[in-house]
Amino acid sequence: MSFFNDENRKLADEIVARYPRRRSAMIPLLHLAQEQAGWITQDAMQEIASLVDSTPAEVLGTGSFYEMFKFHEVGKYVINICGTMSCQLLGADDLIHHAEERLGVKAGGTTSDGMFTLERAECQAACTEAPTLQINYRYKYRVSTTDFDRLVDQLAAGALVDEIPQHGVLARVRQSIPTDRSVGAADPADENEPPVWMISGAQLRPEGGGA
Amino acid sequence: MTDVNQSASSTVAVTINGVDIDAHQGELLIAAAERNGVYIPRFCYHPRMDPVGMCRQCLVEVDTGRGMALQPSCMLTVSDGMQVDTESEKTKRAQEGMLELLLVNHPLDCPVCDKGGECPLQDQTLAFGPGESRMVEEKRHYEKPIPISDIVFLDRERCVLCDRCTRFAKDVAGDPLISFMQRGNETQVLTFPDDPFNSYFSGNTVQICPVGALTAKPYRFRARPWDLEEVESTCTTCSVGCGVAVQASRNELLRYQGVDVDEVNHGWLCDKGRFDFESVSSAERLRTPMLKNPDDAAELVGTEWNSALNAAADALRDRSVGIIGGARLTNEDAYAWSKFARTVVGTNNIDAQLADGLDATMIASLPKATIHDACSADTVLLIGPDLKEELPVLFLRLRGAAEKRMTKIVEITTAPTGLTRYAAESHTSTPGALAHDVSNVLDADPSLTTGRVVVIVGRANLAASPSEVEEAVGVLQRRIPAATYLPALRRGNVMGAIDMGLTPDLLPGRVSLEVGREWFENAWGTVPDAAGLDTAGMLEAASAGRIDTLVLLGADPIVDVPDRDLVERALAGVSTIVAVDNFATTSVRRADIVLPASGYAEKGGTTTNIEGRVSALGQLVTPPGTARADWMIAAELAYRLGGDLGLESVGDIAAEIATVVPSHLAPTPELSPETLLEESDVGDTSDDDDEQVPVVPSIDVPAPAGWVAPAMSEMKPADSYALRLVARRSLYDAATATAMSPSIAHLAESAAIRIHSSELARLGLTAGDHVNVTSSKTTIAIPVAPDDSISRGVVVMGVNQPGVGAGELIDLRSAVTEIQLETR
Repeated sequence: MSFFNDENRKLADEIVARYPRRRSAMIPLLHLAQEQAGWITQDAMQEIASLVDSTPAEVLGTGSFYEMFKFHEVGKYVINICGTMSCQLLGADDLIHHAEERLGVKAGGTTSDGMFTLERAECQAACTEAPTLQINYRYKYRVSTTDFDRLVDQLAAGALVDEIPQHGVLARVRQSIPTDRSVGAADPADENEPPVWMISGAQLRPEGGGA
Repeated sequence: MTDVNQSASSTVAVTINGVDIDAHQGELLIAAAERNGVYIPRFCYHPRMDPVGMCRQCLVEVDTGRGMALQPSCMLTVSDGMQVDTESEKTKRAQEGMLELLLVNHPLDCPVCDKGGECPLQDQTLAFGPGESRMVEEKRHYEKPIPISDIVFLDRERCVLCDRCTRFAKDVAGDPLISFMQRGNETQVLTFPDDPFNSYFSGNTVQICPVGALTAKPYRFRARPWDLEEVESTCTTCSVGCGVAVQASRNELLRYQGVDVDEVNHGWLCDKGRFDFESVSSAERLRTPMLKNPDDAAELVGTEWNSALNAAADALRDRSVGIIGGARLTNEDAYAWSKFARTVVGTNNIDAQLADGLDATMIASLPKATIHDACSADTVLLIGPDLKEELPVLFLRLRGAAEKRMTKIVEITTAPTGLTRYAAESHTSTPGALAHDVSNVLDADPSLTTGRVVVIVGRANLAASPSEVEEAVGVLQRRIPAATYLPALRRGNVMGAIDMGLTPDLLPGRVSLEVGREWFENAWGTVPDAAGLDTAGMLEAASAGRIDTLVLLGADPIVDVPDRDLVERALAGVSTIVAVDNFATTSVRRADIVLPASGYAEKGGTTTNIEGRVSALGQLVTPPGTARADWMIAAELAYRLGGDLGLESVGDIAAEIATVVPSHLAPTPELSPETLLEESDVGDTSDDDDEQVPVVPSIDVPAPAGWVAPAMSEMKPADSYALRLVARRSLYDAATATAMSPSIAHLAESAAIRIHSSELARLGLTAGDHVNVTSSKTTIAIPVAPDDSISRGVVVMGVNQPGVGAGELIDLRSAVTEIQLETR
């Protein structure tokens, strides 16, 4: 059993070490797994369970609560077209119909070449820019059917690869704490102690002085 | 787990529906109300689990000084001056609304649902529901029941998402193998694909499910609650003594339900204890006495009681006799057999332990701890078996206490156990060196010797001599004089058997032969002079031809005594074997005379658990065929041997125990002989009690036996070419209770030898290969399984798994069992 590749396995250990309790790393590791494979496989969940000292059932239970974790294979680009009020009034239904025709799959489906998954989405909170869609959660505003075709052509040709990474990649810049500045995870047994900021505050206050 | 009794320190004044009640500080409102006779409806709240406020059914109007507002009473602790209205219009509307919502998707398939008739959803809909629904929409549909384990089925349509089963699995059992999946309207309880809910405690989820979503295979479509008869009893599958409600219909056991005994099981049962009722009504039960066919030694032929008892009496008359077993018996049975052996047969050769236990004198004389003591001790020192495998509900209690930081577990073990994960410290011990290892651990951390220390003591390794445990107890007694002890002996009523004198060195009441002689000669007329032999001694004597007749009192030494070779020689060396048993076990099939005994729930009486707690056994069904209670068999044999035990009913025996047995001179009121007389349906329970039980007021009550620990012996240097064997038990094994219960029999893993993967590689083996395992006794072939949690130089093997048992390899006389592995 080994789902994570070497680089991500190292990263996974680093992520786990950030938290007082291993379990806290569950969702960050689900993101990492989705980044590696594009979706979350059973192998991934089993490995995450052993990394965070939990069970695969708990990993699936936690992950499946979240819409953005995919537990079935999705395309390289997941296209979410907003179908809520403002977008609908400004032509979202036509856009979705057009997208279905253009991609040859119903909303919810994935093209046979594995490039695109089309989904109907709830409000994307950009009503002033309706109709909107997201490609791998990157916004496109005021999208016309022509714009949509051009986007699909560009994505298929690999022209937007710098702008929109493949599904599962949250950000290209990774959080990094230099070792000399890292204080490490708190000891879970310390939970009855006052929080660190209170202790450090007390130390900062000069002797005998008061606010 | 909210413990009402422990938080009773101070009270707060709460008014419920205009009536002032006294509530305990820290108590939940729903619990305080119930204790004062006001039932608030609920689905998710369970008194033994932390509240989650999941179902919202317990909403009531509460005023804590800021005006009346609806609040979930399971999430609210009582506070001074709290005003509660559980009957207001608003409360009623809220509760009706919740039920209407819970029923939106509930299929209402009550006529075909096993829960119908005992369903909290049904009951509370009737009591608190709106009576009708405004929902006309199609209900949610799922595949009807899906198996989530070999035993438990899940019907997601019926589920109301109360989080009881998932909370139990995670918080109580520590097996979070079921979880809520998806969300919103799609939320459902599921396992991970292909990772079933294989928990030793899965049956509890079925019992606490407030709807019919979870059902257990053994009870599915077997009965309706209103057809069930019920008696409260005590589980004797192991010696924890969990409270259990035994239920039967038409004279057939159908179900056990856990009963909440605060001191013991908190309402939980293990799956083996819950589902091995199937063995009681098994078609394999012995129904009639049998004698060996004189023409064909392999065949037992049915006969009637008179000839079988006469034959058995002949075999016991003026012969050298050994009696092995008795932990299956009730206290009353055990007393009758103890008295029979001593006064009629005239021998102290009687032992309820099968060379797999500990020195009975040590067990009887160590200062006792209760389960509560262990769960609240500063330190629990574990030098015993894997409690999860042998005493599962004790494991559950200790796990819960450790998770809530009420106690600290320090384990000294030869191989990881179910508690290793929850132990503050887990020290690895070398087989045979327990006393040294205990001493070293205490040296390294002297703080372990301070505060309240409870030692759980048992046999972690049946391939090493029990003397290592006795020496370790000696070390602990010297280093921690105030420590108390909880014996981890597994067999059902082994503690009761020891208390009743089914042990060579002790008379009933844990008194030694010397100290108790005068008292018991007075009570019984006679006590044999010659010291008795324990099981190992009896088997040695039998193999040397010094025992003529061996009585197997519910014992199967061939599989249970960890020295197969010795047992075989012993059985071959005696002239007659008399077996008193429920089943034709491997050993019983070798007997000359077989007497069928009544089993669990077929007789009344009492049983004693590891703490020494005596609790009642209920009688509900009749024994199969002509099987009889063990005490009756003893009484019949005594009569045929010209003696008279003077015991004619369970009530008689209980009365005699209460007057004669020093440790039982003041029985608890609910277990008094009078109650047992009333409850017992067995034998003559008439009140014309003209026979006087012997009373011995003039003699001082004999004091319990004392025990002197052996000195630490030198450690045997390890043979660097050999591996040391650790022989342990698993919950599901080849023993009759499991093997005769079809629902759990297949859960017993077949025999394998577990070893660190580096050792495996060194020997050039891969998992599943059969190897030849050689000890001083014999060579057996067995598959290997890698297990990196096991130390190098040690191999672990089951004592009684289907296939081949560790007993083949073990020599009871050696301190440790060294083995060698060879490829075949």
